[in-house]
Amino acid sequence: MFMSSDIAKPGTTPERHIVQPTDAQHPTVLSTEGLHVFYGDKEAIYEGDLKFARNQITALIGASGSGKSTFLRSLNRMNDRIATVKGRIMYRGVDINQPDIDVYEMRRRIGMVFQRPNPFAKSIYDNIAFALRLRGVTAKNKLDEIVETSLRQAALWDQVKDELDKSALALSGGQAQRLCIARAIAVKPDVLLLDEPASALDPVSTSQLEDTLLKLKQHYTIIIVTHNMQQAARISEYTAFFNQGRVLEYDTTSQIFTNPQVQVTSDYVSGNFG
Amino acid sequence: MNSKVQNKIAIGVLYGIAGVVVLILLALVGYILVSGLPKVSWHFLTTPAKAFLKGGGIGVQLFNSFYLLILAMLISFPIALGAAIYLYEYAKDNWVTSVVRTAIEILSSLPSVVVGLFGFLFFVVKLRLGFSILSGAFALTFFNLPLLTRSIEDSLHTIDDKQREGGLALGLSRWETVTRVILPAAVPSILTGVILSAGRVFGEAAALIYTAGQSAPALNFMDWNPFNISSPLNPMRPAETLAVHIWKINSEGIMPDAKAISSGSSAVLVIAILLFNLAARYLGKRLYKRLTSA
Amino acid sequence: MTKSPEQLEQELKRRSKAAKLEIWGRVVSFSALILIVAVVVAIIGFVASKGLATFTTNHVNLWDFLSGKNWNPSLTDAHGKPEVGALSMIVGSFLITVLSAIVATPFAIGTAVFMNEISPNRGAKILQPVTELLVGIPSVVYGFIGLSVVVPFTRSVFGGSGFGILSGTCVLFVMILPTVTSMSADALRAVPRYYREASLALGATQWQTIYKVVLRAATPGLMTAVVFGMARAFGEALAVQMVIGNAALMPHSLVDPAATLTSVLTTGIGNTVMGSLQNNALWSLALVLLLMSLVFNLIIRLIGRKGRLQ
Ligand SMILES: Nc1ncnc2c1ncn2[C@@H]1O[C@H](COP(=O)(O)OP(=O)(O)O)[C@@H](O)[C@H]1O
Ligand SMILES: [Mg+2]
Repeated sequence: MFMSSDIAKPGTTPERHIVQPTDAQHPTVLSTEGLHVFYGDKEAIYEGDLKFARNQITALIGASGSGKSTFLRSLNRMNDRIATVKGRIMYRGVDINQPDIDVYEMRRRIGMVFQRPNPFAKSIYDNIAFALRLRGVTAKNKLDEIVETSLRQAALWDQVKDELDKSALALSGGQAQRLCIARAIAVKPDVLLLDEPASALDPVSTSQLEDTLLKLKQHYTIIIVTHNMQQAARISEYTAFFNQGRVLEYDTTSQIFTNPQVQVTSDYVSGNFG
Repeated sequence: MNSKVQNKIAIGVLYGIAGVVVLILLALVGYILVSGLPKVSWHFLTTPAKAFLKGGGIGVQLFNSFYLLILAMLISFPIALGAAIYLYEYAKDNWVTSVVRTAIEILSSLPSVVVGLFGFLFFVVKLRLGFSILSGAFALTFFNLPLLTRSIEDSLHTIDDKQREGGLALGLSRWETVTRVILPAAVPSILTGVILSAGRVFGEAAALIYTAGQSAPALNFMDWNPFNISSPLNPMRPAETLAVHIWKINSEGIMPDAKAISSGSSAVLVIAILLFNLAARYLGKRLYKRLTSA
Repeated sequence: MTKSPEQLEQELKRRSKAAKLEIWGRVVSFSALILIVAVVVAIIGFVASKGLATFTTNHVNLWDFLSGKNWNPSLTDAHGKPEVGALSMIVGSFLITVLSAIVATPFAIGTAVFMNEISPNRGAKILQPVTELLVGIPSVVYGFIGLSVVVPFTRSVFGGSGFGILSGTCVLFVMILPTVTSMSADALRAVPRYYREASLALGATQWQTIYKVVLRAATPGLMTAVVFGMARAFGEALAVQMVIGNAALMPHSLVDPAATLTSVLTTGIGNTVMGSLQNNALWSLALVLLLMSLVFNLIIRLIGRKGRLQ
């Protein structure tokens, strides 16, 4: 049972090859329909109809400038003030790209972690607790509990449990990025968007982060932008290949890396790109 | 002329110019301190002025200067903070914003005497506040607003946009992000700006002579009820400040030891400004350290 | 147990606390901004309406006001017209402004070049903090030193009272020196390092590099610094009033008592009755002052725009 849309002249490889996930165990949580993104007059995303499967990791790969971040940031409307986003973004059956959607409520369900770790100039504890306090969680024991579970899930608890009062700005890059993940999951989101979260980290921190993500996928739907193809291969179930504002190929990760259908994808994953 | 020789001469001249400027500036500060400091004593700092006799102090004026400073800061800080937040965090780059920015620039370039005259016209006469602390505090507020706004905006600018994105991604509104994430992180630099602007306000006189007035009625420092006329806290009493005092005793020329009093007052003013400067640097650094370590 | 899309949509469309706070925050911060704009409009409006009353209510001819040499608002001249010629004060204001800027500019720029190009170490350690501190010295202190040092000195050298344009210029020169120096240093600092390196690599001497490359590249910034200093000098009231002598006469020499717009304003406004011609005439001086500060503002903008185009 394949939903496939190949556009190809006979005897050549297709220009696009999109296979949406259909695994019944992992139903679609988030999908885009007819997404177009413009920066002013400049169109940055032309096509991007993708479905994202629940409790799976989907990787977005592609050359720099191909529109991965633009696409990802559109998903929880972080681009609202910067870009014009047309089309529908369906989250569990609701189009969240409607103007009357409360973006703050929506972003608590679709959280985001950025390329460069951006811990706040607060203590480690407050980095996680303060957004909860703003949403009315004030009981100390409840906060303590959430801080601990978030830090545990982000695999940071053991390193910082004795210095929760320390400024988060004193953490190392890898620790800071995991704190940002802990901060994002503390508000109990449903979907977690990550934009090249490991690109500023050393190899050891990167591999710790990947382990963390693999554990997190039991609880969250994860969409991760990465320029590191090994990383995509190691952790993701599905991979979308972006090129010049278009999704050229979308399939299971193993298909994309072992049997790409589109010439450009094949060039990119084998390193013959550009 | 050979270009090497020319180079030598030019650099020599530059050394000369810098030397002269350093001399002028040192002479200036030296004169203020050397002629003024011997006059400064506890008695001088705490006793009231005497209009026609020798041996008066500057106690009331000093108190007035600080009281006005605090009031002016209390009024101007929230306004400047709000304006800076709007300009930096919300304003779009359009003609409305550019008109507003122009207006703020105009306010910052207005001579302080014009601001004082407006204060006189509006608060003293129109609103019938009379020569009073309140009129003076408003005039100082106008004088202070543009620079304070600019300085807070600069402080907001020092905080990385990634911090803003971090707040928004957690489902916070821009306002919550600014007040809970950005402002706390910007406190050291905002504080530095506030203290530096306090120094300017402390020494301002032209905006005050027709608003806070040029007289310093005796105060009863045991009476802290702001509704009593002799209470130091009464905001409706006229209040000559230290800077205005220097100007006034020199232009009237009736105080017998006007020169000595002015020297002492000038030294006090300059030292106060110096302390404001040092405090700004020190506190800014200290707070920043506290924020990033410990 | 999952929610139906309808339930979820309803939840996502309910106005959250964050959204309410956002509106509140926008309104509050925008009000603060509007308040400042209102203050500016009010100041300009009030001063203009008072300043124009001389011409509308008291029917003084604008040209007579700008070109008349006699300032005696309580008297009338041979034609029965009030004597409100402001020329002597306008000239006085411009004279001390231009003179002090002419004297201050070479010193300020020279020092800025010294601290930025020739001895950056000493510049950063000593000169910069000192100039920044001196920028903050209150103008009455400058006035007082002018009164107790400069005026007696002028008196002993040139005779007369010692009050006048010369003393005013000296005081303003010292007063704007730190400001202009500090802003000039900022302008020089903004010139990229590689400009200098490229010039030196081509075999230019340090002076040639400074003169032909650095100063040229920093010209808009240096001009802004000087105009800024002039605006400060033009609007300075008390320091000037204390040393200029306050005689509203056409200045014939630099050492005779003279007056500026600001000095007449500070001494006069308290001694006239609101609404009288004498008082309105003073507000007209304030209006001239305000308009001039707008002009300085405009010049600084034009320089800035030109600098950006280059
Ligand atoms: N804020 C912006 N304003 C205008 N153009 C932008 C902006 N951000 C990205 N772009 C453009 O959109 C295209 C896609 O960028 P991006 O989504 O950042 O790509 P990627 O994340 O794949 O490297 C690029 O051509 C980039 O120049
Ligand atoms: Mg990117």
